[in-house]
Amino acid sequence: MKTTAARVAGGVLALFVLVAVFGPLLVPYDSVSTGVADRLLPPGSTLSDGSFALLGTDQLGRDLLAQVIAGSRVSLLVAVTVVVVGGLTGLVLGLLAGYYGGWLDAVISRVGDMQLAFPSILLAILLAGALGPSLTNVIIALAVTRWVIFARVVRGSALSARNREFVDSARVLGAGSVRIMTRYIYPSCVQPLLVAATVQVGLTMVAEAALSYLGLGVPIDQASWGSTIAGGRDYLASAWWIAAVPGVALTLVVVCVGILGDAARSGSGQASAAVVR
Amino acid sequence: MIIYVARRLGQSVFLLFGAITIVFLALRVIPGDPASLILGSQATEAEREALRADLGLADPLLVQYVRHLGEVVRLDFGESWRLGGDAFAGVLERLPATLTLAGYALALTLLVGFPLGVYAARHTGRFADRLVNYLALTGQALPSFWVGIMLVLVFARTLDILPATADGTPLALVLPAFTLALPFLGWLARLVRNGTLEELGKDYVRTARSKGLSEQVVFNVHVLRNTLTPVVTVLGLVLGNFIADAVIIEQVFAWPGIGSLMIESIVNRDYAVAEAAILLIAVFYIGLNLLVDVLYFWLDPRITLETV
Repeated sequence: MKTTAARVAGGVLALFVLVAVFGPLLVPYDSVSTGVADRLLPPGSTLSDGSFALLGTDQLGRDLLAQVIAGSRVSLLVAVTVVVVGGLTGLVLGLLAGYYGGWLDAVISRVGDMQLAFPSILLAILLAGALGPSLTNVIIALAVTRWVIFARVVRGSALSARNREFVDSARVLGAGSVRIMTRYIYPSCVQPLLVAATVQVGLTMVAEAALSYLGLGVPIDQASWGSTIAGGRDYLASAWWIAAVPGVALTLVVVCVGILGDAARSGSGQASAAVVR
Repeated sequence: MIIYVARRLGQSVFLLFGAITIVFLALRVIPGDPASLILGSQATEAEREALRADLGLADPLLVQYVRHLGEVVRLDFGESWRLGGDAFAGVLERLPATLTLAGYALALTLLVGFPLGVYAARHTGRFADRLVNYLALTGQALPSFWVGIMLVLVFARTLDILPATADGTPLALVLPAFTLALPFLGWLARLVRNGTLEELGKDYVRTARSKGLSEQVVFNVHVLRNTLTPVVTVLGLVLGNFIADAVIIEQVFAWPGIGSLMIESIVNRDYAVAEAAILLIAVFYIGLNLLVDVLYFWLDPRITLETV
């Protein structure tokens, strides 16, 4: 049962990645081209230029399918970049904190505590708002809020690995700190880090969509699922599909990431973490 | 007890100081030059220079920071250029709406989540149990702002039985409170379910059963009481999250709370209000965390200073 669910989720995610990478080549999205005659057409309509709109059109007559595909690219790009940047930062700081302990650990951990005193979405909203709407700024705002989570996971693993016998023996044989960290401690941090990364990919996608929904995410000339939903909010009575379709896509992807994350976690034998954000 | 509370209080003050620092850094260091923002592109360099000195922006960052700490302690966030008048007063005015919303969402979470969790624990593997599991999994994953919009679509636009935005009637609370509660409903239900199952396997339950108590009494008198402790303590955390999540949900439902005010202020670069709002939310968040820890310590006599 669990493996079937995980397989289906993996399939959906593979499709999502394929669409995000190659979709815009097949169904190009042009944020500027608008067709007043084709406004608010329901899914399955034929447009005035003869093309077929599988998912209908939005309030400016733009094809919704192309918009959702373009949005998938932004979603994937932001999620992967944020998790890689935040994950690497967290990995380095977590390793240093866990291995050296002492004042370095105290500084890194206290800064992390301070940051977690805030609901992370608030910090992201604040940073994204202060930096202004752009793809890079969204990534910066979200990566800043995520590194702590990775740093904590890695620090915990590094702390428990530090006193293991194989680390002691490496030290006795004369290995330096850098070598011990990269060759002996790092491997025991990889799996928990990957589990955390999987969970964070989903949360980052939701956060990016939320920022774009609020108008603080990607600029208006780029399609994001969040901004498409925001645009559709005013047309719920006449064109429900504008807000519904990108949300369904987002939910589907995030739930699938969650299922994979659960599978990875139970596979790695970690206890299910409390997920109060 | 007193030592523990004092220690946690100290930590909370430290965290609050951290929050103030982070907001200061985010708002004063990143956004560029407020002087050119205020004066526009027409102003001369001399005019900008004068305004900067006037606003105290010409001083070294550290001086600005220390001065700012003093202002925050006196709750002086400055004037709001958009609302006119004191920024903090403007935020306080919006607070009751947010607290009402969060309070109702909490009541909803409890009234649905707790019974659901208990029911699932008594019928493991059945429909209710699976429902709890799915709710816990999807509730956390669903983008809540989108769920809110879909609820508006179904209940306001299509069925037309509930208002979509705050119109002053109590019914207007239903959709935003439910949207806010949904991610934590399943989470609480799963927590209660697992807690109840754990308690059911303990020795005192076997003792109670073997001395002939009916299953009803064993459950209602003995087991339920022991599952309550973690639930009570977790509610503070949930409430803190409600106040934070309300920032986005209020925007969806045009709810006149501090969350929507904060977003409006950030979009309009009214940073005095934005800072007052975000720090007030942080105070609630940190305060509730403190309350939870103290409650937990107080409710469960088995916890001692050494174990925390």
